[in-house]
Amino acid sequence: MTDFGAATQPPDELFDVTLVVNGVSRDARVPSRRLLSDCLRHDLRLTGTHVGCEHGVCGACTVLIDGTAVRSCLMLAMSADGAAITTVEGLAEADGTLSPVQQAFTDCHGLQCGFCTPGFLTMITAALAGNPDPSEAEAREIIGGNLCRCTGYQNIVRAVLRAAELRRAAGSAAASAERAGAS
Amino acid sequence: MTAIFGEPIPRVEDDRLLRGAGAYLDDLGHDALAVAIVRSLHAHARVVSIDVSGAFDVAGVAAVYTYKDLAGRLAEPLPLLIPHPALTHGRTGFPLADSEVNYVGEPVAMVIAADRYVAEDAAERIIVDYEPLPAVVGVDAARAAEHLVHDDVPGNVAGHMVQERGDACAAIAAAPRTLELDLSIERSASTPLEGRGVLARWDTESRRLRIWTSTQTSTGVRAAVAAKLGLALADVDVITPDVGGGFGVKIVHPWPEEVLVPWAARALGRPVKYTEDRLEHFVASAHERGQLHRVRVGYDEDGRVLGLDVRFWHDNGAYIPYGLIVPIITSTQLLGPYKPGAYRVEFSSLYTNTVIVTPYRGAGRPQGAFVMERTMDAIAADLGLDRTVVRERNFIRPDEMPYDHGLIFQDGRPLIYDSGDYPAAMAKLKALIGWEAFESERAAAREQGRRLGIGLACYVEGTGVGPYEGAHVVVETSGKVKVATGLTSQGQGHHTMLAQVAADELGVPIGDVEVVTGDTRAFGYAVGTFASRTAVMSGSAVALAARAARAKAIRIAAAALEASPEDMEIADGIVRIKGDPESGIAIGTVAVLSNPLRYAFDEAAQAATQFAGGDIDAPPVAEGDEPGLEGRQFFSPVRSTFAAGMHAAIVETDPDTAEIRVVRYCVVHDCGTLINPRIVEGQIHGGVAQGVGGALYERIAYDETGQLQNASFMDFLMPYVSEIPARIEIDHLETPSPLNPLGVKGAGEAGVIPGAALFASAIEDAEQIPITSMPISPSDLFELRRARGSER
Repeated sequence: MTDFGAATQPPDELFDVTLVVNGVSRDARVPSRRLLSDCLRHDLRLTGTHVGCEHGVCGACTVLIDGTAVRSCLMLAMSADGAAITTVEGLAEADGTLSPVQQAFTDCHGLQCGFCTPGFLTMITAALAGNPDPSEAEAREIIGGNLCRCTGYQNIVRAVLRAAELRRAAGSAAASAERAGAS
Repeated sequence: MTAIFGEPIPRVEDDRLLRGAGAYLDDLGHDALAVAIVRSLHAHARVVSIDVSGAFDVAGVAAVYTYKDLAGRLAEPLPLLIPHPALTHGRTGFPLADSEVNYVGEPVAMVIAADRYVAEDAAERIIVDYEPLPAVVGVDAARAAEHLVHDDVPGNVAGHMVQERGDACAAIAAAPRTLELDLSIERSASTPLEGRGVLARWDTESRRLRIWTSTQTSTGVRAAVAAKLGLALADVDVITPDVGGGFGVKIVHPWPEEVLVPWAARALGRPVKYTEDRLEHFVASAHERGQLHRVRVGYDEDGRVLGLDVRFWHDNGAYIPYGLIVPIITSTQLLGPYKPGAYRVEFSSLYTNTVIVTPYRGAGRPQGAFVMERTMDAIAADLGLDRTVVRERNFIRPDEMPYDHGLIFQDGRPLIYDSGDYPAAMAKLKALIGWEAFESERAAAREQGRRLGIGLACYVEGTGVGPYEGAHVVVETSGKVKVATGLTSQGQGHHTMLAQVAADELGVPIGDVEVVTGDTRAFGYAVGTFASRTAVMSGSAVALAARAARAKAIRIAAAALEASPEDMEIADGIVRIKGDPESGIAIGTVAVLSNPLRYAFDEAAQAATQFAGGDIDAPPVAEGDEPGLEGRQFFSPVRSTFAAGMHAAIVETDPDTAEIRVVRYCVVHDCGTLINPRIVEGQIHGGVAQGVGGALYERIAYDETGQLQNASFMDFLMPYVSEIPARIEIDHLETPSPLNPLGVKGAGEAGVIPGAALFASAIEDAEQIPITSMPISPSDLFELRRARGSER
């Protein structure tokens, strides 16, 4: 039925939030209960961040807040007001080059359906910033809280190690370029 | 040009998905109204009344629907997709429950509102008055039939089927040795990371419906919705966007929401979207695997099976929209690579007040492999023979192919294996895991107080069931090649694999090929993605369509160059005379030549003018010809092709805690000719992980009232990386199929099939306790040890 009278429960009160997403300041008006994941996906239309369980277990919705990996389904958008957020859309270089972690995933066939992938990419990006040269055991530890139903994780572990390799290579290339420029 | 078919190239799908630029269902339709479903809280109850008035207290509610609002064919039960003479009491649910609910999670009312938050607020205010009825939960309760799920289905039996080859009972009675086994497997579920979802737009001007749905069959959904809503097929488009995994559950169609959402979009004149959440996926989609089996087998002193008699009971849940497919597959595929002298199988498919059961990756085969492989292990134990030896003695030999089992398979066709080399696969597996050296490994571990066991399991998998798939290949004047096939993709890498096939057949660079799947606008005839059938069916159809386009390109180019078609070839996108690279015409230019309407829009058209000409007394388009450089072909094989595999594992069981650790995991896999080994290995990895999950962790746990106790990722233990072996060691065997132009067999489901059988074998070997029920947790193993201790 579609015949209805006046609603007694008023619409949610809306609040202004400002999120600095992938380096760009974005404003949204959201109800206080709006999840950060929903705000990113539906208010800002950054749909690369995916929601797999909405109870913080699968890790698909992982984003970086001030560099730290956070499950955006367990955080309210208002709690992130003013924060610097990196989503999967912000991982590639400005010129469109895939980041080392993204490149490693395609090199190693670390994704199949791709639904969980953004959560792995953000998680690994944050972890490699802190530990640029992980052992295989550490690589498994890094992805230990993210669920994937397609890959059996074999190639994701390889991708972590490959990403670290690419990252170090890029780092040393940049360093030598810097040295070359200085001399 | 380097060969592209058979190469482990990276996937064309990846770039988009890695940038967060994929388009999954809930990434679409930001302007759509949102759906929340009121679902039954009871496993079995009469619906006395539904009071929806409270829902309209919430601002932003657009509509609320219950069964009473449904009309015409929408008010009828959902279709029974696959009828069968043995399915005597097929029952399906309504899109919204009428007077009775039969499982927790069954849809009762649908709220449509501005967004999901508001829709859920309103759904909470809908009051449903239930009169609870006794719930039938589990196979034992269903068989006892003290209570009935459906009043008009005696004994809770949906269907009953017997197949027999030879006289198994007589063979067993006459056999030198016999044994009996009771074997059970519990429910698991597909659980893709993305749940179900559907978005519909009704175009009020063109009066056409456009649907996006996270499905394994867009053509199936299209036909179902058109029928339910009384629309012409031509007025319904169904588009499958990126799909976040399927594993079987998304082949069911139409889901209640898949007819309700388009119907509401038309009624309201607004786009409407439903996105399933995780809780809903557990209680309102589908499960699989729950079966009890009783085996009687007769064999000789060498371990050769003379007669096999299997009875089993399949829990099909509250309704049976997908028919008897799962138990039919178990009943035929449990034979694996073996040839029992005589075989009889009988099953009953039973209703319970639980979520429906439909194929989950493997689809009845994991249960079949469990039954057969446990039987082989039991025979070996009885005779004191090596487990590999008993298997080898029962193998169908390569020179016996094609091998006719004398049964009817899931596709209604004779169960005839087309090809395979099981002794060779076993030899590879034994070498890979080091079967012969294991006893010394075990002894060395024992010295350190560690307990190891080794197990193995074999299977044969019918793949690529018909009836058909088709493909359309178009060479554009730019030289780009557009390939369309109707079945859908859920992350397997079909776009890469099919581009490899097309590029190879046409002789063009793979970068020039673009593939579309699962879009009824691009290709309207298709069956769907299940039964490991895409490479076999659409791969073959793409090959045939590309060959047709290739033949036409050669015919046109040969005429233009005044050469004989037999002397022509296509390489790197150039149609040329063999051995004369300078002679060629770019395939895009040939596409221009294929169409007598030649406006010089682009360089290709200008280039083509030098070849223009023809007989001025003949029609520009010859009789039987058509403009354009295209190929459109269907592939329809006489029957399924049979892939096979054998897995072996070494496990370590903790003497104190009974924890089970996978030390090694080895796979020998034969899916015929490999199109892309990287993709095949990825499929095996994922299947193995699901096999590990199904054997050691995942268990759908209902209580006796039919409440699901573990409907979340916190409680349903889907494996993280920590539960999966560090290495999955793979060796391939390639026995090409004679039944299709590429020699391929399916690979999608393979990895999961032997899981339960394999770990039962390995744990039994470590513990020397019979393992007859899977999955097995450390607590289960602990209790088995305790029971054995008390026996002694």
